[in-house]
Amino acid sequence: MSEHVITPNAKPADVLIREAHVLDPRTGLDNPADVLVRKGVIAELGEPGSLEAPAGAEVVEGAGRHLFPAFVDPHVHLRTPGQEHKEDLETGTRAAAAGGFCLVVAMPNTDPVIDSAPLLQSLRDTALRDARIPVGFMAAITRGLQGKELTEMAELRHEGALGFTDDGKPVTSAGMLRLALQYQRLCGGVLALHEEDPTLSRDGAMHEGEVSALLGVAGIPSVSESTMVARDAALAGYEGGRVHMQHLSCIESVEAVAAAKERGFRVTCEASPHHLCLTEDDVRGLDTRMKMNPPLRTERDRQALIEGLRSGVIDCIATDHAPHARDEKEVPFEQAPMGTTGLETAFAAVHTELVLPGVLPLGLIVERMTAGAALLDLPTPRIVAGEPADLTLVDLTAEWEVGENGYESRSANCCLAGRRLTGRVNLTIAAGAVAYRTRSLEVVA
Amino acid sequence: MRHLLSVEDLDRETIERICDRATSFAEVADREIKKVPALRGRTVLNLFYEASTRTRSSFELAAKRLSADVVNFSASGSSVEKGESLKDTVLTLAAHKPDAIVIRTPWAGAAAMVAGWTSAAIVNAGDGKHEHPTQALLDVHTLRTRLGSLDDLSIWIVGDVLHSRVARSNIQAFQKMGAHVTVAGPPTLIPRGIETMGCHVRHTLDELGEADVVYALRMQHERMSQSWVPSLREYAAEYQINGRRLGPRQILMHPGPVNRGVELSGEVVDSPQAVILNQVEAGVVVRMAVLYEVLAGARAEEHAPEPSLA
Repeated sequence: MSEHVITPNAKPADVLIREAHVLDPRTGLDNPADVLVRKGVIAELGEPGSLEAPAGAEVVEGAGRHLFPAFVDPHVHLRTPGQEHKEDLETGTRAAAAGGFCLVVAMPNTDPVIDSAPLLQSLRDTALRDARIPVGFMAAITRGLQGKELTEMAELRHEGALGFTDDGKPVTSAGMLRLALQYQRLCGGVLALHEEDPTLSRDGAMHEGEVSALLGVAGIPSVSESTMVARDAALAGYEGGRVHMQHLSCIESVEAVAAAKERGFRVTCEASPHHLCLTEDDVRGLDTRMKMNPPLRTERDRQALIEGLRSGVIDCIATDHAPHARDEKEVPFEQAPMGTTGLETAFAAVHTELVLPGVLPLGLIVERMTAGAALLDLPTPRIVAGEPADLTLVDLTAEWEVGENGYESRSANCCLAGRRLTGRVNLTIAAGAVAYRTRSLEVVA
Repeated sequence: MRHLLSVEDLDRETIERICDRATSFAEVADREIKKVPALRGRTVLNLFYEASTRTRSSFELAAKRLSADVVNFSASGSSVEKGESLKDTVLTLAAHKPDAIVIRTPWAGAAAMVAGWTSAAIVNAGDGKHEHPTQALLDVHTLRTRLGSLDDLSIWIVGDVLHSRVARSNIQAFQKMGAHVTVAGPPTLIPRGIETMGCHVRHTLDELGEADVVYALRMQHERMSQSWVPSLREYAAEYQINGRRLGPRQILMHPGPVNRGVELSGEVVDSPQAVILNQVEAGVVVRMAVLYEVLAGARAEEHAPEPSLA
């Protein structure tokens, strides 16, 4: 299935990462080690200081840093085609590499919508030329995201669609989603669902609650999401289909997914770093960078998401990286488009807000930031000899201010702008090639 | 005070200072020449993105009575209709170097945003459903003039609280001045979470008798089409302030314009308890006090001219 991912042609790395603390929660590795990458493949793991760099290999001093399997983001918006003023495949994947990701999956709500095989083929060709790291593509469930007719899902799968989603919009009609679930038996591919009942969210621009009441901004109630999560879990159970619920934001949704999983339904879900780290309180200043869909909710909801991540009800962390141009966000809150960027800050944000205060262990975060691959039937990055090198080297002590040196992304609408975070990606190797390195990283030989 | 953006930013002392100054300006309105030179040579720009007659003319009169120059800019028939963004419009107008911009928009937080784009003093004349601070100040002023103090008053705000910037500013202003506030209205038009602002919530007018002041909100016809209430007839039956519901010692307020026969019956509008015209009158003097405050008050002290070296 990995032919569904576009892997850019890049020079395979020959690198020796020396004495980094290697952590791979799936293999149980959690100790300092030398890791040798030859021709883009993890060639050898050894005791710290034990491996020699072969001729021509670069040596990276990893002491004091952590080496993880690189992250996988099943939910990003790369805005190509049609909105390249916000992001394109090059800038988006560069941002991903800077955030430690070795694979991102782009949503089809572009302009035009990726709802036919020729469009997907053209996009994949562009990715082969422009992407800096492997990238996969989802196709739309319904034509034009209109919710009225199914796309040619089988043909889209043959063309390389990883799965299907109308993300940005819900599949409002239960009957339409049921058809997609039935059709999934023919074509395979997960159905990723943006869960929202538009008759409940209406013209809402933030979480409905204390802060929206004070600000006079129309609210999006939690039940707008959770009722659809419950409905779609029931449909998936009835049809035996497989669905992935995107960007859960509230406690009721976590409960609904937990109930569905208990009944054995094939339901998975994700939470975003911003929903794990921020709440409606951060919207009080009506900073448009804090406007996203689903909205930031209450502290109680945030705690439920953290608990869901811990228990495994929430399978993975996904950024929902949603770039918007400066002038699009420099408007009054109610007029601003929904979305925040997140690829470059994802790990540092959860590390700062959840790992450092002792809320969640580091290993669990690394696991949840790589788990998106399996949900899309893709191989999970692992630090094992013989596997392709998908690695990220992180300095867990480095403090930085978000935005201080700009962004790799074309857009700057990051909800964490100006915050001090701890933990910085120094090096990313994706599909065996060096995709990112900080300029300050010391290269010994 | 640099800007007037919200009641949330104000403390009791500031509210009282503005109202006291409004009282001293009230005397100007009774002169034959209704003008003082306090803001001579200053330019006040009225930037209105929503239709408004009374608020805009009230600001215009206030500025003119202080001898300021006034420019009115309304969104209809302007570059805004040609697709210019708020920021570009503000930057363009700011190039004319206004000293104050009075701004009304249909968007929450827009006035505060504009304050970050220009050096002019910004007065929020209504930002979406968020706040309408000068309305709250003139309402406080009206009550102080009538009753001396708001301490321990029971004030009921009745009607469409969900869509009302007046309600949000007034809940805060009345409470800061020592009053107890109850909001009452159809459950569909009382926003979830409003009680965290410190007010009580009622869905009937059964206990309206406890109010010293009844503040009726305007019921907008367009709310019917979205089914917020089934009909104006039913709304009036449940929530209209009329002779049967309004007691003789209760004061009646309304931000205008009134829908006679909907939120208020004709008889109470014309009753001696109604202070609706006093509110309109207070509008000019309070806005004079606000413009004075941001252009010549504390700000003038902050930006005192450098002593001359010559």
